[in-house]
Amino acid sequence: MAEPRPVLQMTGIVKEFPGVRALSDVDFRLFPGEIHALMGENGAGKSTLIKVLTGVYSLDGGTITLDGRSVLFGSPLQAQQAGISTVYQEVNLCPNLSVAENIFIGREPTRMGRIQWKRMRKEAAELVDRLGLDIDVTAPLSSYPLAVQQLVAIVRSVGTGDSDGQGSGTKVLVLDEPTSSLDRDEVQELFRLMRRLKDEGVAILFVSHFLDQIYEICDRMTVLRNGTLVGEHMVADLDQVGLIQLMIGKALDQLEELHDQQLHSDVGETLLTAEGLGRTGGIAPFDLEIKKGEVLGLAGLLGSGRTELARLLFGADQPDSGKVTIGGKQLSMSAPNAAIGAGVAFCSENRKAEGLVPDLTVRENIILALQAARGWTRPIPVAQRDELVAKYIKALDIRPANPEARVGQLSGGNQQKVLLARWLITQPKLLILDEPTRGIDVGAKAEIQKLVVSLSEEGMSVLYIAAELEEVLRLSHTIGVLRDRRLVAQLANGPEITSSRIMETIASGEHQ
Amino acid sequence: MSTNSRWRALTHHHLFWPVAVLVFLLLVNVPFTPDFFSVKMTGGHLYGSLVSIVLFGSPLILVAVGMTVVIATGGIDLSVGAVVAITGALACSYISHQADQNALSGVLLAMGLGLLAAVVCGLWNGFLVARMGIQPIIATLIIMVAGRGVAQLITNGQIITINSDPYKLIGGGYWLTLPFSIFVVAVVVAVTVALTRRTALGLLIEAVGGNAEASRLVGIRSRRIKIMVYVFCALCAAVAGLMISSNTSAADGNNAGLWIELDAILAVVIGGTSLLGGRFSIGGTVVGALVIQTLTTTIYTIGVPTQTNLVFKAAVVIVVCLLQSPKFRAKVFGAKFGARFGAKGGAKPAVAETDTAASTDAAPKMEVS
Ligand SMILES: Nc1ncnc2c1ncn2[C@@H]1O[C@H](COP(=O)(O)OP(=O)(O)OP(=O)(O)O)[C@@H](O)[C@H]1O
Ligand SMILES: [Mg+2]
Repeated sequence: MAEPRPVLQMTGIVKEFPGVRALSDVDFRLFPGEIHALMGENGAGKSTLIKVLTGVYSLDGGTITLDGRSVLFGSPLQAQQAGISTVYQEVNLCPNLSVAENIFIGREPTRMGRIQWKRMRKEAAELVDRLGLDIDVTAPLSSYPLAVQQLVAIVRSVGTGDSDGQGSGTKVLVLDEPTSSLDRDEVQELFRLMRRLKDEGVAILFVSHFLDQIYEICDRMTVLRNGTLVGEHMVADLDQVGLIQLMIGKALDQLEELHDQQLHSDVGETLLTAEGLGRTGGIAPFDLEIKKGEVLGLAGLLGSGRTELARLLFGADQPDSGKVTIGGKQLSMSAPNAAIGAGVAFCSENRKAEGLVPDLTVRENIILALQAARGWTRPIPVAQRDELVAKYIKALDIRPANPEARVGQLSGGNQQKVLLARWLITQPKLLILDEPTRGIDVGAKAEIQKLVVSLSEEGMSVLYIAAELEEVLRLSHTIGVLRDRRLVAQLANGPEITSSRIMETIASGEHQ
Repeated sequence: MSTNSRWRALTHHHLFWPVAVLVFLLLVNVPFTPDFFSVKMTGGHLYGSLVSIVLFGSPLILVAVGMTVVIATGGIDLSVGAVVAITGALACSYISHQADQNALSGVLLAMGLGLLAAVVCGLWNGFLVARMGIQPIIATLIIMVAGRGVAQLITNGQIITINSDPYKLIGGGYWLTLPFSIFVVAVVVAVTVALTRRTALGLLIEAVGGNAEASRLVGIRSRRIKIMVYVFCALCAAVAGLMISSNTSAADGNNAGLWIELDAILAVVIGGTSLLGGRFSIGGTVVGALVIQTLTTTIYTIGVPTQTNLVFKAAVVIVVCLLQSPKFRAKVFGAKFGARFGAKGGAKPAVAETDTAASTDAAPKMEVS
């Protein structure tokens, strides 16, 4: 079978940042009507390749041809006008504008220079509908959880070709970890859309750390390691084990290990109780108890209130009702400080908006929580600080292992690790992890899950939220099931608890 | 190779461009004033253009240093000019009512009164910003406008002149052959650096300015920090106010410190601190303030016609701001001087990226300064 001509060809791509060679001599090609996975560990250079392609970064070497013509984009707008639509890894929209405005920003439908608001809202609603989403396009984007924001970014990118006055339409769709905070249904919705675009001849570049998704939707993949090209393969020709080996350069057996690992550690006495805790518009009043050393997993669909529950416990949002007691003392819920003081830590799912300070260094970001607890007059002694930071950079394998690097320049997965390190360093009694493995590669994901197990064995309680149900099942002593912003059940984990049993619980809530 | 990388490390140092501009501006003066760099000893005092630049630039340095920490938290303080006026007015009117204007206790009390007024102003600004959640630009506008009125009330709308030797020392006196104000500035700068970098205050300020929501979730008491920086900024302005009124031995409620807030903001930006908040550099601000003062001096020495003064100043400021932008440098001088990170696409529908924005933000401010 003669191969058709690639729509996009990148040859000998080089990209250097001060002190880091992010890409060296990478070739990449993309054929019309294929879904092509770009694979690699955290920091392998996937996002950089995408940003070089779309003109976010300038090129230090190599050539790019689109449709046989040599191109070099000076800005993402130019790339978009040439038919390359992109969803970047970090949701990059305006939180205080409405969903519709975000979808059409920069290309609002106009008549005689005036924006046609009605038409914009109508078209936005149609686009959103196409993805099977039930959201109000006139509401501000910030009123939706991160997953929905991610979906809006996707809608925005696929919508480009549709609105008239745009001409060319999308030839290449680039999706950098679009599924990192979606759950099954949304992923399926997205895949349906991707398949339709693929049938229309659009070439799709897809990045994801979920191998199952890759094997479900992709035709071909290119593997990067440490900024170099490892190879290009048809997905059908390479199994998961082989792929992982290519990605990390050695065989990986930790994953298997983890599957066998059962949570046998015993839980201790009660650490935290919440009574009638609730917030209108957030989550209905619930009772909850977390024991010492217990891993409490939360299961539920998108928007079911998992994050809201966690935020209330932490005092990130103020509850309208109820109270939280830790170790017999009732917390003041007006700010997170009380909870932090009582030993609660909260890793937000939204590392960009609510987690990291991008301008500060890795070291500064890691010590921030500890320093805040000590107050400004008592800086952590330099020696102790450097030792702690070095320890956690090593433990979590943050790359580059340079405490002076600006966090904003780290790859997505490594940023996530910095956020984890920040809270681990405070040695909390209860660690709330909201999507801690979001954007983290297979190897590191296993590491983090192992870490959770060992923390719990050492007596730390963990509240664990993850989009992947299996992940929750594997780690938790107890599983809290949420539906429609209510905590509908709390199940003790055991052999009889399976993901289908949980899905049933979620579904049966429907009839109440 | 190694000289090359050393050269790059140098050009990428955050103080490189501000210092380069300062040196350039200083050199411009030489053809017009051949003995520009010479410093003479006359009557036990050092004189020379360099000394006067630092002397006349002292109030601006003080105000700009205070402004830096406010801007680092993502705020801005427009009221500093008014605080300068209030402080000078209070101190001078107090001294003018003394039987013996040379009595040290009276002078100290007058200064204390001025500083106290500044603390009140700072607390008010901090209260509005941190407690009431009012936009800093609006919150501080209140004292910017009303404060001058208060200063005029204190002076009864007149210029109060005094005749007090101890008071004259702060802004017009000499010590160890140098103008006394240089020592005041040195102490304030040193204290600021120690307060922010020897403690964790600098880090917490940068965190609040760099990502306010993340700072809240990490347990930083950002309200307290914001109130502190506004009080500190007002105190710096107060010292500048004492200095200005001391230098002229007069309090002018109308004109003292007029527009100094704009020069201070410019100095901060030239020094490389982003108006969006986050990372700040006290050293950069000092250089930035010196750049502005040198510019004013240069305008006089090279004899720019008075009516084109402001245009000339604006042009220089534009150049400095452009030089500060990595994107601009990359375009004009090639990648060697520019940032290696390439362009930040203007097309991204993103919330503004923080690193390149400072310079462009400064541009609209020039025409008034
Ligand atoms: N703006 C930048 N400045 C300096 N270094 C950078 C910058 N952006 C990326 N890097 C570095 O380039 C390398 C590749 O990063 P990249 O974001 O492409 O990784 P990735 O493959 O997308 O990883 P992830 O799976 O974690 O998203 C990393 O070492 C990163 O630290
Ligand atoms: Mg990435």
